[in-house]
Amino acid sequence: MKKTDTIIIGAGPVGLFAVHQLGIKGLKSIVIDNLDKAGGQCIELYPDKPIYDIPAVPECTGEELTNKLLEQIKPFKTEFFLNERVEEVKQDGENWIVKTNNNNEFSAPNIIVAGGVGSFEPRKLAVKESEKFEDKFLFYAVKDKEQFKNKNISIFGGGDSALDWALELSKYSKINLIHRRDEFRGAPHTLSEIKKLEKEGKIFIKTPCQLVSIEGKDKIDTITIKFDNGKIEQIKTDVVLSFFGLIMKLGPIAEWGLNMNKKTIEVNSKNFETNKKGIFAAGDICSYPGKLKLILSGFHEVALAAVECFKRARPNEKYRFEFTTSSKTIQSRLGKK
Amino acid sequence: MPKIIYNDNQGNSKTIEVENGLSVMEGAIQNDIPGIDADCGGSMACATCHVYVEEKWLNKLPKAKEAEVDMIDMAYEPKKNSRLSCQLIVSEELDGLIVTTPSKQS
Repeated sequence: MKKTDTIIIGAGPVGLFAVHQLGIKGLKSIVIDNLDKAGGQCIELYPDKPIYDIPAVPECTGEELTNKLLEQIKPFKTEFFLNERVEEVKQDGENWIVKTNNNNEFSAPNIIVAGGVGSFEPRKLAVKESEKFEDKFLFYAVKDKEQFKNKNISIFGGGDSALDWALELSKYSKINLIHRRDEFRGAPHTLSEIKKLEKEGKIFIKTPCQLVSIEGKDKIDTITIKFDNGKIEQIKTDVVLSFFGLIMKLGPIAEWGLNMNKKTIEVNSKNFETNKKGIFAAGDICSYPGKLKLILSGFHEVALAAVECFKRARPNEKYRFEFTTSSKTIQSRLGKK
Repeated sequence: MPKIIYNDNQGNSKTIEVENGLSVMEGAIQNDIPGIDADCGGSMACATCHVYVEEKWLNKLPKAKEAEVDMIDMAYEPKKNSRLSCQLIVSEELDGLIVTTPSKQS
């Protein structure tokens, strides 16, 4: 079990700035996130879209903001646990014990939940048979492409993931690319490659149509699709790949005994503590009267929560408010001379 | 104030007065209309405020931008009359707009 001063759940902008606010007070933290990289919604939903309301930053993208925040917290050498989802939160005296789905365990007097709208998970297919084939013959991501050799593969989706995998897997398998409309959204080069392979008979494009059902007993035999004009087609299929992006699910957060309001965690607006002492919530996931779901509000929330975290992690020390501009202690923590 | 009619897929219907300038999504969230999640808060990034617009209203709405259509690709059971309710801004012209929420958003 790893011990730290604060466990931060969520590596979005608010979780990252929490590292900073704790770090300048001399507190250690670790960060856990279900995604494979830091940035949260900024990196997953709008890496290229502009943000105009970060104070003193007239314009930046989600990716730029994430990179700047990572740069800002570099001096604290914080350990990140990515691709991991927190499953369990347990009380242990004055401390909290957090367990992840990767069997990592952490102990700390403080937890800051900066989980946005929950963890990102693949959007699943709607047909009822999909569950029984999932992870065996139906996949929402490609981890090992070896298993997709010499197969009949039906790929659903119209974005980059669907197109890129159609291209890659067409090298050694027969591909059906199925999309609800005629237009695909992908890099022009990828699109022209796909068209070329269609002419060569390596990729079969089926549009505009949607999945009706998946047939098969112990494995997938066929899938049935329906075109917009009503035509039904059954396609021999061994493997289904579905790429409809990610969706945010609240997940286990709802089971930690925190007071919830719809999908948000109720906090006080003095230090953003929840109904559990030592568990704080900040950013989009917290609610209090007047709450605005802005990145800048999340920054404010973790700044105040960090003060209470200090008091809990260092009960025998007096908290002293300091400015980064004038505090030698903070500057040395930031690696400045 | 314009009235927006929210139907669910079970046949229940609620008529809500929504202020001009708010989105159909905001009208739903503020009035606890079930069936609209709006996880991203209206930034056209999640497709969980997806609704089906009554056919006769389709032409009266501003056409969906490319980014909205791309996002609808991700929605749960999209149809020809699918729109993201965060992109439908309420005005007097939309008084009486009828939308139906899908059986679920994800």
